Amino acid sequence: MRWVTFTVFAAVIALTMYVTAVASRRVRSAHDFYTAGGGISGLQNGWAIAGDYLSAASFLGIAGLISLYGYDGFMYSVGWLVAYITVLLVIAEPCRNVGRYTLADILAYRNDPRKSRIVGALSVITVSTVYLTAQMVGGGVLVKTLIGIDYEVSVIAVGVLMLSYVLFGGMVATTWVQIIKAVLLVIASIVIVMLVWTPYGFSLPGFLQDVVGDAKVQARVAALLGDRAATMTPAELGQRFLEPGLYFKAPIDQISLGMALVFGTAGLPHILMRFFTVPTAQAARKSVIWAMAIIGGFYVLTLFLGFGAARLVGPAAVAAVDAGGNMAGPLLAQYIGGGPDSFMGNFMLAFVSAVAFATIVAVVAGLVLASASAIAHDLYVGVVRAGAVVSPGEQVRAARVATVVVGAAAIVIGIAAKGQNVAALVGLAFAVAASANFPCVLLTLYWKRCNTGGIVGGMIVGTIAAVGLTLVSPNLSYPLAIKAAAYKVLEATPARRAAAEVLVVDADAAVVARGNKELAALDKAAKAARADLARWGEARTSFMGLEKPLIELKNPGILSIPLGFLAVILGSLLYRDRRAEELWEELYVRQTTGMLAEGPSQP
Amino acid sequence: MARPEVDWAAVIRDPRFQALHRRKQRLLWGLLSFSVLYYFLLPVGAAYFQSLFAVRVWGVVNVGLLFALSEFVVAWGIAWYYARHAGAGLDRLAAEISAAHLGRRAGG
Repeated sequence: MRWVTFTVFAAVIALTMYVTAVASRRVRSAHDFYTAGGGISGLQNGWAIAGDYLSAASFLGIAGLISLYGYDGFMYSVGWLVAYITVLLVIAEPCRNVGRYTLADILAYRNDPRKSRIVGALSVITVSTVYLTAQMVGGGVLVKTLIGIDYEVSVIAVGVLMLSYVLFGGMVATTWVQIIKAVLLVIASIVIVMLVWTPYGFSLPGFLQDVVGDAKVQARVAALLGDRAATMTPAELGQRFLEPGLYFKAPIDQISLGMALVFGTAGLPHILMRFFTVPTAQAARKSVIWAMAIIGGFYVLTLFLGFGAARLVGPAAVAAVDAGGNMAGPLLAQYIGGGPDSFMGNFMLAFVSAVAFATIVAVVAGLVLASASAIAHDLYVGVVRAGAVVSPGEQVRAARVATVVVGAAAIVIGIAAKGQNVAALVGLAFAVAASANFPCVLLTLYWKRCNTGGIVGGMIVGTIAAVGLTLVSPNLSYPLAIKAAAYKVLEATPARRAAAEVLVVDADAAVVARGNKELAALDKAAKAARADLARWGEARTSFMGLEKPLIELKNPGILSIPLGFLAVILGSLLYRDRRAEELWEELYVRQTTGMLAEGPSQP
Repeated sequence: MARPEVDWAAVIRDPRFQALHRRKQRLLWGLLSFSVLYYFLLPVGAAYFQSLFAVRVWGVVNVGLLFALSEFVVAWGIAWYYARHAGAGLDRLAAEISAAHLGRRAGG
């Protein structure tokens, strides 16, 4: 059945390659390379934003969380949509009105161009690199699970394919790859949801009634609750799957992550960059509204994908393939198609997997383009060659060289970061964007007193606060805690084995099977515990030299976002900058009215 | 690239611009605060009002699920409300201001 997988993958890749080949003929200037000549329509851009946003983390991750933890997974998806309200109201149109290619263009308008380009570019590179690493690691694991090739090989495959889109097709190809991928993703999801939901006559309570009545779901809730499940009836256990608290234990973590999502999306460089590809502020507005419709609709579908996977495939089976639940969507597709032994089952699995693969490649392409523009347009053309006339040909060359450098770095980092926690990396990327980029962009657009001092302070403080707090958070590995947990597992094993061995010699075949399963699980846990002990050896402290985390916060947002804002405000008040004051009226009029905005045809 | 000179301070003084500025400020910050507040009710409710979220209202569908679904409806509602207001009044006002001030300079 492997040929089915390869054929579907080849077809999806061939389609995107064809688009890139067509697009490459349209890329002549830096304007074409970075912003597709500003000629993308609002509807197209809406699909492309959705494509950029429905990354592996949100597409596979959320369906997985719902299938494993029920309600909390769905609650998690809400923040990703609400984030676009911030983008729609205060970011999209002003950015389109005054910006050109990059985030730093907006900062450099009234602040010192050299300083703001340097800090802006550094922050863009930081956010993109962290987000890129998350996508590369997630993508590598995914491709390995889906088609069984090595992690390193799949990271290189993602990197090379992405480079060919960006290098030859620039923003035109990247945009079309995003659109194709988003359309395929939505179609695949609608088909699966229809097949899952039809037997219930499209009734929401009917469908969920069946989910909570399922023994696999009830067993999962019982396993999650542990001792507290002892007094609950099976019906209560099933119902508990639709109630909060199975995944998010500390409310503060959820609120902090929510803040990072809601304010960070508006500071993500590859999302901001999308608003420079449309001709007018009205088109920018329209594109966010389309994106919200597509992204929100998709998350509603995810509710059915996640609960459907829990009901049909079963949480335990989903977690067995990938502990984070990332395979819930693909496994559900396979089940719906007829199971692992049928042609349709394998075709559906291959199709969803190919779309997931295209998703990762396309998101990585957008991120690489954002970093490359920060390096080539802000640092090279804006700072190194400041004041000189840089020909259009040279600008495109600089952009392509930067793309190759960033792309190669992404492959190396992706391989080096094998085994890192993808969700924590995504959370960090949003936290940096929310704490550094967002306060700087927002205040420079809306606050008269904002100036270079504030921008430099905000970018530096916001980035350092978000990264620094993450480095002392529970997200890092703490050898003492890991080893203590491993010893505990090993100490408990003999007693639990003895209990299981009694079951194995039972007369009832079902009890024997349960005993064998228990023994296998115990062996696996003991092996993992021994591997942990061997891996950490004599180590006592984390990478940062800490024995235990300094703070219990998993996402730094709730602390680092206020710090970023405070730094912009204090920096602006303590620093005097004539240029920023003189240009305020011009910037404010232009961002409000769209007067003199860059048209689609201007080079 | 020849750019028409615009007297930005004059635009700021223009009563039409002042009106646009006021209407935009009210609309943007009002909607933004509302959406952020409404969003954070969800994690706060899930953490501190678990028994309320668990109340079943429509078969097995409980308050928590309906509230999470309402977040989608509210987000779309805000987007629709903003687009309607921006598209109807604000865009026209902005275009009027732009035309007046660009025209004045370009012509004279």
